Amino acid sequence: MDAHISLTVDGTERSLDVDTRTTLLDALRERLAVTSPKKGCDHGQCGSCTVLLDGRRHLTCLTLAVAHDGAEVVTAAGLADDGLHPVQQAFLDHDGYQCGYCTPGQVCSAVGMLDEAKQGHPSHVTDDLVGDVDLDDDEIRERMSGNLCRCGAYPGILAAIREAATA
Amino acid sequence: MRAMRYLPAESPVWAVETVAGSPGAQFLAGGTNLVDHLKLGVTAPELLVDISRLPLDQVEQYDDGAGLRIGANVRNSDLAAHPLVRSRMPAVARALLSGASGQIRNQATTAGNLLQRTRCVYFQDVTTPCNKREPGSGCSALEGYGRYNAVLGASAACVTTHPSDLAVALAALDATVVVLGTEGERRVPFADLHRLPGDDPSVDTTLGDGELITSVEVPVSRASERSTYRKVRDRASFAFALVSVAAAVELDGPVVRDVRIAWGGVAHRPWRARLAEAALVGRELTEDAVRSAVDEELADAETTAQTAYKVPMLRNTTALTLTRLAEEETR
Amino acid sequence: MTEQVVRPLAVRSVGRSLERVDGHEKVTGAAAYAVEHGEADGVIDPLHVWLVQSTVARGRVARLRPEAALSHPGVVAVIDHSNAPRLRDTGNRELLILQDDAVGFRGQVVALVLAESAESAREGAALVDVSYEVEPHEAELREDNATYKPDSVNPDMDTDTEDGDVDAALAAAEVVVDHVYRTPYEHNNPLEPHATTAWWEDDAGREVLSMFDSTQGVHGVVESLAPLFGLEAEQVRVRAPYVGGGFGSKGEAHAHVVAAALAARTTKGRPVKLAVTRQQMFALTGYRTATISHLRLGATADGTLTAIEHAVQEQTSAIREYAEQTASPTRMMYAAPNRRTSHRLARLDVAVPSWMRAPGEMPGMFAHEVAMDELAVACGIDPLEVRERNEPDVDPETGRPFNNRRLLECLHRGAERFDWASRPPGPRATVDGDWWVGTGVASATYPAMKMPGNSARVRSLDDGRYAVAIGSVDIGTGARTVLTQIAADALDVEPGDIDLAIADTRLPPASVAGGSSGTSSWGTAIVAAAQRFRADHGPSPDPGVETTASAADDPAAEQYAFHSFGAVFAEARVNRWTGEVRVPRLLGVYSVGRVVNPMTARSQLLGGLVMGLSAGLFEESHRDPRFGHVVTQDLATYHVAAHADVLDLDAEWLEEADEVFTPMGSRGIGEIGIVGTAAAVANATFHATGVRVRSLPLTADRFLA
Repeated sequence: MDAHISLTVDGTERSLDVDTRTTLLDALRERLAVTSPKKGCDHGQCGSCTVLLDGRRHLTCLTLAVAHDGAEVVTAAGLADDGLHPVQQAFLDHDGYQCGYCTPGQVCSAVGMLDEAKQGHPSHVTDDLVGDVDLDDDEIRERMSGNLCRCGAYPGILAAIREAATA
Repeated sequence: MRAMRYLPAESPVWAVETVAGSPGAQFLAGGTNLVDHLKLGVTAPELLVDISRLPLDQVEQYDDGAGLRIGANVRNSDLAAHPLVRSRMPAVARALLSGASGQIRNQATTAGNLLQRTRCVYFQDVTTPCNKREPGSGCSALEGYGRYNAVLGASAACVTTHPSDLAVALAALDATVVVLGTEGERRVPFADLHRLPGDDPSVDTTLGDGELITSVEVPVSRASERSTYRKVRDRASFAFALVSVAAAVELDGPVVRDVRIAWGGVAHRPWRARLAEAALVGRELTEDAVRSAVDEELADAETTAQTAYKVPMLRNTTALTLTRLAEEETR
Repeated sequence: MTEQVVRPLAVRSVGRSLERVDGHEKVTGAAAYAVEHGEADGVIDPLHVWLVQSTVARGRVARLRPEAALSHPGVVAVIDHSNAPRLRDTGNRELLILQDDAVGFRGQVVALVLAESAESAREGAALVDVSYEVEPHEAELREDNATYKPDSVNPDMDTDTEDGDVDAALAAAEVVVDHVYRTPYEHNNPLEPHATTAWWEDDAGREVLSMFDSTQGVHGVVESLAPLFGLEAEQVRVRAPYVGGGFGSKGEAHAHVVAAALAARTTKGRPVKLAVTRQQMFALTGYRTATISHLRLGATADGTLTAIEHAVQEQTSAIREYAEQTASPTRMMYAAPNRRTSHRLARLDVAVPSWMRAPGEMPGMFAHEVAMDELAVACGIDPLEVRERNEPDVDPETGRPFNNRRLLECLHRGAERFDWASRPPGPRATVDGDWWVGTGVASATYPAMKMPGNSARVRSLDDGRYAVAIGSVDIGTGARTVLTQIAADALDVEPGDIDLAIADTRLPPASVAGGSSGTSSWGTAIVAAAQRFRADHGPSPDPGVETTASAADDPAAEQYAFHSFGAVFAEARVNRWTGEVRVPRLLGVYSVGRVVNPMTARSQLLGGLVMGLSAGLFEESHRDPRFGHVVTQDLATYHVAAHADVLDLDAEWLEEADEVFTPMGSRGIGEIGIVGTAAAVANATFHATGVRVRSLPLTADRFLA
């Protein structure tokens, strides 16, 4: 069964018909040819499909498109108006990737995570739940653990995010 | 994943009336478990009633601060970040933060977290028998892959465990679940929400046809303020519990005045260890006292070669968690 | 085609870090992977293919009813063995799908559903009604059924080897270590699932099959597919501009590639897209066999080995043989006058095992290096010393001199960096808060390999730049970047002056991105073409002139045994309450020839360490022998290391250049990082706790009393 929805994707308004079964990930990739978000597992277990949905990092594979009519989607392709987002530049500088397949999701997740930390959200490794967040290496690692990288580029990803966080 | 109708809910009452009496209808909230199941073929609803935009998204104090009322749609990340949750019931915040990933916590809702279904590999694999998914087909986990299986309260029909971390913390803190049905609202003590499998593991909870969780009330107490959650897992993050312990304690000097212990990863529902609690109240809280209290609770545990580790793991982790809480209390 | 005797490269860019030339595309997501190509690449209005898999491990398809699927909106066709286009039997039963009703393993492809959308295709696949004549199956690897002796082990090594009198030496040995070590089934799990876009076209009266495939070698896909479809190689074009990891699982075409080509054959030119799901990967795209290693070491009291025996039991699939060369590193690693290795298989009704990063070395060195740690303990000497004591003068297997065996230097450098000297000699000696703390070491090795059949093309461009072409694939290794550097140095220009084309079978042939052989094989071909180009066309060539060449064999190289070496040091912490294992420090020191690009090489080596750590702590595919398939078939139940598991990790390498092996002086780095790493972690957990775990993974339950 089809439904008509509109999305703002990387700043551009798009309207499309979707099957009610269509995930936001498939709507982006198959209907709108927006392939920056990747399909690594399709079950919320790898993070490759992460975008910023209405400003927060979000897994598009576990999201039905029909439930997000009117949403604003920002993918790694739309993070910067021109050139690269500082997080993306830091990924290049620290070689925070190899095959590149998890990378757009890592980048979006990092951008969303830095915002969460700025808002003072605690994490599993935050010792003092009521204190301020000190975004040290362990905090970055924990907060980024929803994004698997099978190439094992974690040290570079960590270095990139550490730099972007303090820039 | 079959074709289905989709309707955004107009109101909680409308949602309940639409789903009640329609066996093919299901609520959709964060979708983190339901969409997963749609793809796997674990469930195939004819109608999804989307409750995710209903305004059940507030965290508020009730009865002059006696507790927190948490809207069913409050996202896991927002709940964990809420100042009162962090300060008054850290076990809830820690349980949430130990679950899933940052992205999933941004999507998953409070009620959805409680109603998530088992991650048993056979339940999720429609090519294998599973009584929970297909009543009467048999339990593949009984003699199959069983590292995450239950050690308490299981039956010959189902040996799986409940996957929620939040539910374990709420079980320890004596939460109440507020439920809307066609007959109106009712309040379910948390201990009565989830069931043991018995001979019908297809039913996870005591919720009736069309009933919708609208909020969860968590009382604040001295114990809740001195509460925590310890999850043991293989990966350091983004993994389900081997076992987990939610604990809260109030001491009177060295003596236990109030203690709450709930376990995850051990049963078909969050397991409130009331025998262990009873064994500790009025006693001095020592590591040995906790260990022997745990052993009372585990007297009926049934283990296999694959789950035998859970007994010492529970004993140690409960002792660790409670003695640390006590140290903090007396510091 | 010309053969060129290559000279060592005068390095300028090689040896320096250069940011990946495709980095911008990767961090923005603009890089297009196998099923992300659109109209600009000729992929117009594609159909979606979904695989229907057998739900029995052995038997026959008794009846297959497509009606319900065909009546589902959007479904276009159901293809099964009764109506599939015919294939020619090339002897590879993994690829010969949908040609008969036989089922050889659970998860085998029994039908394909084509539909207008992925949603319809998936539901259509669920609606195909298949019933089976079930036959008894065997899907469990045991010591009592792994008795079959293969003719050879991967790729073409001797199954068994024997020197001297092992039994007599063991009987006379002052110290004997005799244990069984096990590694579990493991799945490669690259983040990009296997995927193929395929379409057939008419090219001047000849059929042409075009594909975008997620593969480690485009030419290899042609070699597999062309004969199956009765085509000349020129009639198949495969491209793989971006590949989201492979780790061996994309080294050869698997059944889904044939499925895509078969499906496309029925659509009158309309492209099809086939994306294997993560769950399907556990049955269809290869995996590492479980291994049982019976190690017996005999030694004198001071730890000098007198005998080494490594008897391996593992499994293969009854439909296609793959024999992992698990004991191969044991043949060359340490000196001992009496040595014996063997491989025996169980032929099971299971999915076809295949390559996974460092096949042979990874499981074999886990066993051998834990056994060496046990020998050190048994002799009361330091684990470094036991390795020093058994360092061979020449390759024990071939008797040839090693090109450059610097294992001891790696061990010493790592020991220095890890402050090994302050390590308490005995186990269970250090507690820090809730954690038992220990350190462990293991050696690493991997053969240096160069593949035949590579050539490259160099052409001068109008603007003074050079087009360099070779059909190799960059699966994330950095090949696109390092080949640019090699070409630049070979032509004595800047990397920016190179316009490199790769990953297309229309380009000169290249071998697979596997066996740590890519840079050596392709880079040597590029150097050959560039040196020949300069010889033919001089330093200021006219625009448009070109040379295609391959490297002539170097007979001088045959006198050596070429291997890389390394040493892995791990600190493990084992929680004394919960048994949880964490690895706060992991260091690898390597001798791998010249490092072409330190930035990407470091990522490769660290990535290997991460995968070794992951195998050490987490990875295990649980096959349920009752059903025959792996039931931990997703990334929630098959754990790979997450970011929080990877703490202080470092890799360094010895400065060197192996110009006997390649003109670049490099030897290959893709695999060695995973070798020995799990053993180092296991040895560290023993040192921390006194508990010796001889099977992977090292999960918390192993350390709970």
